[in-house]
Amino acid sequence: MSSLDADTDERIDAEVVPSMTYREAMREALRDALATDDRVFIMGEDVADYGGTYAVTKGLYEEFGRDRVRNTPLSESGFVGAGIGAALGGLRPIVEIMTVNFSLLALDQVVNTAATLLHMSGGQLNVPLVIRTTTGAGRQLAAQHSHSLEGWFAHVPGLKVVAPATPEDARWMLPTALADPNPVIIFEHATLYNESGPVDPVLGPVDIDRAAVRRHGSDLTIVASAGMVSKALAAADLLSAAGMSAEVIDLRSLRPLDFDTMAASLARTSRALVVDEGWRTGGLSAEISAGLTERCFWSLDAPIARLASAEVPIPYAKHLETAAIPQIEDIVAAAHDLVGDR
Amino acid sequence: MSVTSGDVDAAFDYLLPSLGADMDEGRVLEWRVDVGDTVHRGDLMAVIETEKSDIDIEIWHDGVVEAFLVPIGELIAVGTPIVRLRPTGESVDRPTSEPVDELAAQPTARSATHPATPPVTHSAAPPAATPVRSRVPASPLARRLAAERGLDLVALAGTGPGGAIVAADVRGVPAAATVERRRPPTSMRTLIAERMSKANREIPHYHLARDVDVGRLDTWLTERNASRPITERLLPAACYIRAVALAASRHRDFNGSWVDDEFAPADSVNVAMAISLRTGGLVTPHVADADQHSLDQIMSTLNELVAGARSGTLRASWMTGSTITITNLGDSGADLVHGVISPPQVALVGFGRSRRSPWVIDDLVTIRPIVTVTLAADHRATDGAAGSRFLATIAHHLEHPEDL
Repeated sequence: MSSLDADTDERIDAEVVPSMTYREAMREALRDALATDDRVFIMGEDVADYGGTYAVTKGLYEEFGRDRVRNTPLSESGFVGAGIGAALGGLRPIVEIMTVNFSLLALDQVVNTAATLLHMSGGQLNVPLVIRTTTGAGRQLAAQHSHSLEGWFAHVPGLKVVAPATPEDARWMLPTALADPNPVIIFEHATLYNESGPVDPVLGPVDIDRAAVRRHGSDLTIVASAGMVSKALAAADLLSAAGMSAEVIDLRSLRPLDFDTMAASLARTSRALVVDEGWRTGGLSAEISAGLTERCFWSLDAPIARLASAEVPIPYAKHLETAAIPQIEDIVAAAHDLVGDR
Repeated sequence: MSVTSGDVDAAFDYLLPSLGADMDEGRVLEWRVDVGDTVHRGDLMAVIETEKSDIDIEIWHDGVVEAFLVPIGELIAVGTPIVRLRPTGESVDRPTSEPVDELAAQPTARSATHPATPPVTHSAAPPAATPVRSRVPASPLARRLAAERGLDLVALAGTGPGGAIVAADVRGVPAAATVERRRPPTSMRTLIAERMSKANREIPHYHLARDVDVGRLDTWLTERNASRPITERLLPAACYIRAVALAASRHRDFNGSWVDDEFAPADSVNVAMAISLRTGGLVTPHVADADQHSLDQIMSTLNELVAGARSGTLRASWMTGSTITITNLGDSGADLVHGVISPPQVALVGFGRSRRSPWVIDDLVTIRPIVTVTLAADHRATDGAAGSRFLATIAHHLEHPEDL
């Protein structure tokens, strides 16, 4: 028996799912989409021979050629508009915007065109556009590259907004987004690209409108998304050592918000802490808090708590950046505040 | 003890008042004063929970709060001393609240002598502290669980943030615990059912009706209101109260109560007004001495009553001692109302809507705004002929608004 066979057998016996990085998972999703649907193409700044600023598209230009993996000028409004046009023309464009901060230059195309055409055309013109963009702080890229603005997009009817927090969601949310007849924006947290995790190679497309319970618990529910999910899980480990059982929900979809899953969790725990890397004022955490209070008021054993980023432009200095965004110990402290002395 | 020897005669206890003909117990929900506060006649002392609603109670003497004699939340009988006061101007030997049990255990005979209350120099008195609602902090889930289990939150110790009572504190209470069992919530509906059943069971009602031309009243109100800001405008309801009050002051047999098989006429004319609540049910606070007050004063009081009724902050003085009741269903469209008397009162006057109707004046048919005024009266106290004259007096006042 060869060593390869032995490895394979062992893997199957142990039902070990192969591990890959978030970056590899996203790239695999893109490769799969390009290979299986010739309407799909990628465009964005430096996505071709450079391989993408975050190296997500590395190798795809060589594999699929310049018609399928296209560089664009530094004009977000222009190339997002081109993507909308291509989508209207029957293609399935995947537009990469380097960071969410730059997406503001394309906001008019996204909000006024992509999100509205279906409605303004009386259902005649749908826009099957997928936008990928990075979000979040933690890499010392300063205030113009580090913000978490996904809540702004989640405000807009006509858009679906998803935030894969695991390599497996990075791998399998994309085909669902591509199959969606309407615009979908995928937010990839910049600190997740090097994170590894199991990815089922044959799982197939997953839903993009439900939250997932990543850890079960009974004392409180921690609601998180994107880069905050792994921090919430780490905090839950620490809380567990302190005798507190935290349930962790990964939102996955920011629009629509899956209140059913959150409310079901709250029915078990009676307390919720919403952790959001966005700002608190008028943010997604406010919407989640209000929605949960409306649904669960009589089951609440404490006010819905929020932990969000400091209301400042994300600083460059490492210690200030760390202080500005929710950290594991902040989540632990907020959980203790919420549950009280036990 | 806060009551030093020798001062016993001077100190006096404030007793839980009866806030309705059928109230025999209640509980203090919160104090509106603190120990050491100087209080004056008319000041709010506490919020009392009764079967009907939560009511602010006032004090009728001046004094300084010495001690609270009952714990918050405990069910107590009407007449129980709840606050000990001393005359203003005396020094406090201990400014803190006394242990409740120690005081409550003492037989506190009510002093018959009224305390000497020296004149109070208001400017010298410290500004009254703004009353702060001091509800027991408890989570919605804890409140729900406590209600389901009949537990009183007041008796529980909170372990949540800031000492709040949380679900675990309720769940942790053993079933055989010594906490007192809260009465099943008695809804206003239940109380109305009891009172109205009693009325229809015991009171032999007779009903009279009289159509009244309110054309002059309408014109008079329109002219009078034309030059007034909205907040000072008179409504017909104020005129109804005034007209009924004047009639009741003349026909005293309709103003009072039937108690122990005989009619007891009242000294004052306190006209209660049925005010329906948006949440269902109704309350009947009154305008005291309505025969002695001007229309403007009555209107002002009526506004307070309605606001108090709707916000659940009726004063005890508005709720007790009503001598006759008005129900005004004109706004909701009924032409006339065959009312049910609120015992122990002996009369209820009903007003229907104002409707444009054919009306005969000097053998000519014309169209006038007509309101049907009805009287439901207790046949034990009065007879139909008297009732008819009473109605006629009310009609006369409404037809001569300038004399109201």
